[in-house]
Amino acid sequence: MNREIVKYLLLVVVVLFIPLLVHEGYMLNVMVFVGIHAMLALALNLLLGYAGQISLGQAGFFGLGAYVSGILTTSFNLDPWIAMIIAAIFVTLLAFVIGFPILKLKGHYLAMATLGLGIIIYIVFNEAVDHTGGPSGLSGIPNLKIAGIVFDNDLKNYFLIWGFTLVSIGLSLNLVHSRIGRALRSIHDSEVAARVMGVNARILKVQIFALSACISAVAGSLYAHTMTFIAPASFGFNFSVELVTMVIIGGLASIYGSILGAALLTMLPELLRTFQDYDIIVYGLLLIVMTMYMPGGLVNGIPAVFSRLKGKSKREGGGDA
Amino acid sequence: MLEVVGITQRFGGITALDDITFTAAKGDITGVIGPNGAGKTTLFNIVTGLYTQTSGTVILDGADISRLPAEKLASKGLVRTFQNIELFASMTVLENVMLGLHSRSSSGILACMGKMPWHLKEEQRIRSEALKWLDFCGIAELAEQKASSLSFGKGRFLEIARAMAVGPVIMLMDEPAAGLNNRETGELASLIRKIRDTGVTVILVEHDMELVMDICDRIIVLNLGKKLAEGTPREIQENPAVIAAYLGEG
Repeated sequence: MNREIVKYLLLVVVVLFIPLLVHEGYMLNVMVFVGIHAMLALALNLLLGYAGQISLGQAGFFGLGAYVSGILTTSFNLDPWIAMIIAAIFVTLLAFVIGFPILKLKGHYLAMATLGLGIIIYIVFNEAVDHTGGPSGLSGIPNLKIAGIVFDNDLKNYFLIWGFTLVSIGLSLNLVHSRIGRALRSIHDSEVAARVMGVNARILKVQIFALSACISAVAGSLYAHTMTFIAPASFGFNFSVELVTMVIIGGLASIYGSILGAALLTMLPELLRTFQDYDIIVYGLLLIVMTMYMPGGLVNGIPAVFSRLKGKSKREGGGDA
Repeated sequence: MLEVVGITQRFGGITALDDITFTAAKGDITGVIGPNGAGKTTLFNIVTGLYTQTSGTVILDGADISRLPAEKLASKGLVRTFQNIELFASMTVLENVMLGLHSRSSSGILACMGKMPWHLKEEQRIRSEALKWLDFCGIAELAEQKASSLSFGKGRFLEIARAMAVGPVIMLMDEPAAGLNNRETGELASLIRKIRDTGVTVILVEHDMELVMDICDRIIVLNLGKKLAEGTPREIQENPAVIAAYLGEG
């Protein structure tokens, strides 16, 4: 357990250290996005990596959080914090209601159903023009403020977002190392044995689906209040797939993996700019190579590479074992 | 005491089980034997709530449990092991057994996320009790290993430790000796007796006749979905109908 605390503190230090290196400009903005994406990937990993249930509709929950927050603050002049809480509660309840029928499905069917859910939400954002502003988006969303500090620039937003992300990470770590975390993994490993041991797989799946939606909604609210402008294009199917990719590249059933995956996939397009129009090809190739040679994701893949290198140097050095 | 009364199971036009009735007395080891396709595993799946029978009832200590789903039965004290061991491969040996205590612990998602003091206390109890059951099954030294790294035999003992952690009044074992070598089968026999001595009623489906005749107090013989015979090991060995069924003369 102590090792867990050390790892977490290390992450906190890294998060605090980054603004010293990147304290302004575009890269800091990218780091803000890494934080939001880390929260979303983490939320999905609880469902996909731990409980083994796919969702291709995560961008929908993210968008709902953003739009509920955006609409409540612009049309109803609510305080952004209150709007965020209402958004989180609304999305959690919605996920509960939808989760019961939808999570009876397994595998490809569940993927299709969640995909459909995401698309329906996306269509609503586009078509409910009176409330959402339609395809041209919703602007003028107020910033969050706390004790006189208004979160209106990238540096403040960085600390705001990463504060939330670190709390989500801490809570998720607690969860996965508890009886609930074991129960989630047991459903993934053998649902029939889990049920025989008294794990109510059906209810637990719905609960974790709702929790995942709740974290995504909070990320959505944060996104809306930091960007001050939202449009449906950010919450489409492509983004849901990107989130699944982050989780798989980072490592299924690894909280830290989600953060690595989110960081890599958020920064990669920026790093690949030198390839200009071919960046999408390089991106695709990287994904293929990653899944072929690091099927366990970065968190398992990197240590494996290191230990292989170590083994090699030992052999070359004429080790006796 | 487990009473199975008039269980019938049809799959389409096939009658897998036809009006099966028997009683497993408290503290007994009851064996269910029969040739392949006799309906033994189907019977287990019905009793443990994985299948819903066409008709008939299952009564555990006077309470009708016929229509309860599998996940509700653990807290009633009914638990099972599987023919092809069903371990939680991504977890450690200890975590597997800790999961066995799921139905006897109650911290919810929020308590676990917030590390509430009562949750931490519960977690400690779960851990120490799980260690106790690993020790009971003689695999305490494997606690921190990944379950997927165990040999088939050790996996079998882990499955039993996990089932004991549920706190069963009755344990159903589906071919526990399958895939074990002689030494392991011997250890299994004494472990099953040890389980019985803690007051747990044991029902087992088994092909290893030597083991069945050795440890069972009572034996039920199924053939082609019907109950063919019932009695003590000695009675069963001398029963002409049983001999005929096994030698294929029926």
